[in-house]
Amino acid sequence: MSATMPTRAALLATLVLGACSAGIGNGGTAIVQAGAPGEPSRPVQRSAPAIRAAYTPADVRFMQDMIVHHMQAVHMTELAEQRATRDDVRTLSRRIAASQSGEIDLMERWLTARGEPVSAASKDGGHAHMPGMLTPAEMDLLERASGVAFDRLLLESMIRHHQGALTMVAGLRARDNSGVEPELHQFLSSVDTDQRAELARMRALLGRDFKQVRP
Amino acid sequence: MRMDMRLLLGASLLAVTACASSNSSAVRAGRADLRAALRGGWMDAASAINGMTLVASRPRPEGFFDAKDPGNILLANSDMAFSGGTLFMGSFHGFQVWDVSNPSSPRNRTSVVCPGGQGDVSVHGSLLFMSVEMPNGRIDCGTQGSMSDPVSAERFLGVRIFDISNLDAPRQVAAVQTCRGSHTHTLVTDPRDPANVYIYVSGTSGVRPASELAGCSGGMPDQNPNTAQFRIEVIQVPVASPERAKIVNAPRIFADARTGNAAGLWSGGTHGPGTQTTEATDQCHDITVFPEIGLAGGACSGNGILLDISNPASPVRVDEVTDPNFAYWHSATFNNDGSKLIFTDEWGGGVQARCRAQDRKTWGADAIFDLRDRNLTQRGYYKLPVVQSEKENCVAHNGSIIPVPGRDIMVQAWYQGGISVFDFTDAANPVEIAFFDRGPVDPKNLALGGFWSAYWYNGHIYGSEIGRGLDILALSPTTHLSQNEIDAAALARVDHFNPQTQVRYTWPAHITVARAYLDQIMRARGIPADRSASIASEMERADRLTDAASRRAALARVADTVDSVATGAAGDVRAKLGSLAATLRGM
Repeated sequence: MSATMPTRAALLATLVLGACSAGIGNGGTAIVQAGAPGEPSRPVQRSAPAIRAAYTPADVRFMQDMIVHHMQAVHMTELAEQRATRDDVRTLSRRIAASQSGEIDLMERWLTARGEPVSAASKDGGHAHMPGMLTPAEMDLLERASGVAFDRLLLESMIRHHQGALTMVAGLRARDNSGVEPELHQFLSSVDTDQRAELARMRALLGRDFKQVRP
Repeated sequence: MRMDMRLLLGASLLAVTACASSNSSAVRAGRADLRAALRGGWMDAASAINGMTLVASRPRPEGFFDAKDPGNILLANSDMAFSGGTLFMGSFHGFQVWDVSNPSSPRNRTSVVCPGGQGDVSVHGSLLFMSVEMPNGRIDCGTQGSMSDPVSAERFLGVRIFDISNLDAPRQVAAVQTCRGSHTHTLVTDPRDPANVYIYVSGTSGVRPASELAGCSGGMPDQNPNTAQFRIEVIQVPVASPERAKIVNAPRIFADARTGNAAGLWSGGTHGPGTQTTEATDQCHDITVFPEIGLAGGACSGNGILLDISNPASPVRVDEVTDPNFAYWHSATFNNDGSKLIFTDEWGGGVQARCRAQDRKTWGADAIFDLRDRNLTQRGYYKLPVVQSEKENCVAHNGSIIPVPGRDIMVQAWYQGGISVFDFTDAANPVEIAFFDRGPVDPKNLALGGFWSAYWYNGHIYGSEIGRGLDILALSPTTHLSQNEIDAAALARVDHFNPQTQVRYTWPAHITVARAYLDQIMRARGIPADRSASIASEMERADRLTDAASRRAALARVADTVDSVATGAAGDVRAKLGSLAATLRGM
């Protein structure tokens, strides 16, 4: 991890200025600061500023890693565009491509807006350690597969890939102070819920139709 | 999501009301659409409107926006609730009290600072409930921001309860902590138990450590029977003593009824035990209850579910569906008679552009289901019928029914896609009938903005714009919707409105309602034009009679005529003629 990151993170923990104004004015508008349960609210002369939460080096690394993770998924969907035999597999693949390429843009914006590089200074030899990533050999196998075998291998690989993304999200959330920066927090929820739903769909495509598990 | 600072520094702090004019021509899709390529800007974007007029716009109040960063999520507006002439606007920074007793002149009465988004609100009498899930939520409503300790006794995630009997100084009276916070919540009333209300809590965040909140733990239910996943929480709130509010149940509504496995939806064995169930459906995003029919629609991860809520503290799943186009189930809205249920798909979480030309009409859309005998059957989709730019976050979001008698109409927010009003009477063929849209908040970047919610409340449409404030609109007549239908909708009044708690609208037996039905019959060309014209003139003449007995008798004669016409009419028209006759007899 880069030693400069904590400094940048600390710099970002600065106040976001709220618009300052008298508490009473604007036709009788009042601003009150609520208190703890049971405590009264207090009129305030000016609104409290919103504080932009700090982020951590782990947050930055997560975003940098997830960009790479997503890029592999997008590459897999490109293969599906050419090779998938089933329309439903191709359709789902297009949806994953649209989701993840949009999220790559979002992650790059998040990093750039905070003055962080979009890719990690890879002292540790790249991203092979990321859960769910296909190894070069596995990717080669997928690239050479065809027909129904391709459909099945794509779904199985993508399921593993998505599970890896969920593991990465859970891992970040489990770290002290990480995953709590507001925009990142929202993003994590979105990735978590979207990929869970996509996993369910992929399982259905693999033959476990949802209605079959109904009692 | 971040803003281009150079542009924003030039933006005026003062709000400029977006110019809007009514256009009574029919909504046109495709290249003639007025919404295509609108000029962007925070408070000065160009706008397009059809079938509506913008009657008032108010920027967010002081302290609830950052002119340097209008898309700052910590100050974003979120969901709304209504009581009498008051609108409560939720915010990631607290909530705002707006006097909307005169909708063309709304007034911000109080702004309550209490961070912790999303800040979705609902009201019941003198109580207001608010969802908190963001890491900066504090028990004392302080603005210090995220706590530096990973485990903090100061942190609050769950549902806050405010006493709003003094609208100038609402105060927090209780705060019920939950293991996964509260992304949204649903107010549930029990007709047989007015002393209590219930809150269903949908949490979508990670599970808090037990060291912060006792009893919290996560994981798969087969390994941890007490996992805080795979459930919702039910809070019971004694109305007279809300400080005694507490969690009374945590029903495992995803459980397999046969095996009892709490991870009953999407659990499986295809890929071997322990590997495939980590992503089973384990949470709801939002639940909409309809107490009068004893049902709730749950939008839960990869499923839409139907719950029996006849015992509000113990909801029981009775049906579940998934979608071939693979939706992320976000929210649910019943039609007025409970025979249809719309689920929305918030693909991309609301922060992505999902209304571009390449995004399918069935993705990030509404899925419309028929609801018969507690079974859901998919009929159609509705998606904003105009392409939005790459700079506009856009996907299906929150809306409500517009109570036009005889039709199923919904108004819905699409973030920066604007507000769209559509008719889904024919569930397989929904059609847009009105819209309002502005250009992107930031023409150069995808910045968070647009309408979080758009709801009908007693004659007007209220929109909560994430970054631009409060917009109030009125419907205007078009070929798709007559003035009589608009006026009839306004007659179905309620004394409060919580979007996740549906009530069945009823209409008074009034000449306006009769005219609305007749307009619909004429629009459908359901009966010969000379017959509808003679019914119209007869019912107007009867209504004008001043002697009550004569008037009633004359109206009954018109109703008899309508009944006789109905015998030869087709099904839909016959039903409308029946409603018309019943209305005339009730007048």
